Amino acid sequence: MEEESDTRKINNSFLRDHNYATEADIISTVEFNSSGELLATGDKGGRVVVFQREQESKSQPQRRGEYNVYSTFQSHEPEFDYLKSLEIEEKINKIKWLPQQNAAYFLLSTNDKTVKLWKISERDKRPEGYNLKDDDGRIRDPSTITSLRVPVLQPMDLMVEATARRVFSNAHTYHINSISVNSDLQTYISTDDLRVNLWNLEITDRSFNIVDIKPANMEELTEVITSAEFHPQQCHTFAYSSSKGSIRLCDMREAALCDKHCKYFEEPEDPSTRSFFSEIISSISDVKFSHNGRYLMTRDYLTVKVWDLQMENKPLETYQVHDYLRGKLCSLYENDCIFDKFECVWNGSDSVIMTGSYNNFFRMFDRNTKRDVTLEASRENSKPRAILKPRKVCVGGKRRKDEISVDSLDFSKKILHTTWHPHENIIAVAATNNLYIFQDKVN
Amino acid sequence: MRQAESTNLNVLIVCSGLISKTSCDMEVSVEAKRIMVVALGKLYSSRTQRGGLRLHRSLLLTLVMKSARDMYHEAQTTAESAAPGCEHQQQQQHQSTGEVATEPTGVQTELQGPASLATGKPRTLPGEEVVCSPAELRRDAENKENLCPTPHSRKRRGKAAVEPDFLPCKKAKLEQQLIVNSVLLDYVNCSSELGAHPTPMPLQRAIAAC
Repeated sequence: MEEESDTRKINNSFLRDHNYATEADIISTVEFNSSGELLATGDKGGRVVVFQREQESKSQPQRRGEYNVYSTFQSHEPEFDYLKSLEIEEKINKIKWLPQQNAAYFLLSTNDKTVKLWKISERDKRPEGYNLKDDDGRIRDPSTITSLRVPVLQPMDLMVEATARRVFSNAHTYHINSISVNSDLQTYISTDDLRVNLWNLEITDRSFNIVDIKPANMEELTEVITSAEFHPQQCHTFAYSSSKGSIRLCDMREAALCDKHCKYFEEPEDPSTRSFFSEIISSISDVKFSHNGRYLMTRDYLTVKVWDLQMENKPLETYQVHDYLRGKLCSLYENDCIFDKFECVWNGSDSVIMTGSYNNFFRMFDRNTKRDVTLEASRENSKPRAILKPRKVCVGGKRRKDEISVDSLDFSKKILHTTWHPHENIIAVAATNNLYIFQDKVN
Repeated sequence: MRQAESTNLNVLIVCSGLISKTSCDMEVSVEAKRIMVVALGKLYSSRTQRGGLRLHRSLLLTLVMKSARDMYHEAQTTAESAAPGCEHQQQQQHQSTGEVATEPTGVQTELQGPASLATGKPRTLPGEEVVCSPAELRRDAENKENLCPTPHSRKRRGKAAVEPDFLPCKKAKLEQQLIVNSVLLDYVNCSSELGAHPTPMPLQRAIAAC
């Protein structure tokens, strides 16, 4: 019937055009481990999925190591704080790997209130030949046991198990936004809106508060901490960014409470660009030290800035991510996009920086050549092994073919989380509930 | 029927002083109002959000609202300086004492009315109530009534933000000023550590509550 065919047509296009994923599948963090062998993702449903790079085979050199699912586990569950009548979301805000020290892998994962240390280990052998129970686990009747035998380890199908080794809880009144492992590999910091706490990885019932910006009178609150990170080499140095667009570098050797910064990075506001939303767009959403420890990178709503640790009064480099949005701030404020927190990453050699944008676009900036590129993470536009085509946003005037106009951008498709392999040119990009892994093309 | 149109629109027209405004000021005012209304809506809806109130987001919304309010009043003042006879509108601009309590530096720029200029003593701190003229006294008295917490609120008020005059008012007052419970302080009350003392109410509000 005509109606039926119409319904079918509607249903088909509906399913094709609307990527109906449950909210729990939305990826909320991605992180390579320090060797790049493993890639972890956390999602809104509190799950962690770990991918492992398969060994490159000599027989198929063109088939570079691909990432396959290695382990999946439920890291955090939704909780309810009965005292404050607040629900605690299970969404994984951050994952940080510990450098590998033995056969097992360790990572820290955190939601709004609790940090957990997970051990991921392989089991490929199991003991067989017990005396008191048979291989199925059933207890043997003692009267049937006539001789003793020594159990032996037999190979079994590889099993990857994740166990929670430590749970660091009840240390944060406000929502945790970041965690960072120290280069001493013994301590780490967890940061919420107003405080930074220092933990020892072995001790779960105690943490030290090292930064506290909570004012005596909450009415005087003007800024919050948005992210914090340890220096990659100096175990006594860490930096934290604020909602006012400033970064503070602190030295833990100076005092137990690091309220007094030793360096303060802030760029004076350009009065010509002042608008209603100046405070919102200057809030820093991510801060990352470069691998060599000489630079800091910060991301605010419209730009990425690279700071030299020796120069506090202005950034070394400023890159416009999507300046065409400056004229649309009011609409972005109404649809809440202006509050989106984009992350930024360095490549292994600190020569290229990357960050996400809308319409599933992500941007890369080469610091040496000053060239930049916009790429898109989408299934329609990229088949496996196809080379990504650079994209361009038309900012007015005549729109060329292949360009996309600002008004056609899909603001529901945002790339907030990206990560770069520590040594190679492999990147992982999270686009809502999909994970894209891109590699350099093989010559 | 024009009378059937929303009362908000009528209030907008009255408050914006169409006759004396330049079109530029008008645009800024309208924009500022829209931003403030949206901010309030977001602040209220964030209370029911899963995971509880987000301090960072609430802070940013409060800053945007303050920034929009400042620009709105600036635009109002520019218009009013062209029309000095509108005393009624000038009183509408004046900030509540609740706001004075939280933003001492801001008050000096915000108080533009002739009453405070005549006294030559702008209010700076919550405790220092400098009331010299009858107009100010009346405004304060009416403000004190407005400062009464709304019956359904169990929370102490803190960083109170003045709701602009164009929003519907629960109390039939000339100034049509509403004090909005700060979401920030609600957040603090919800998530404060055990044993944290609530912030003491400034003197004026204590009087209002009696």
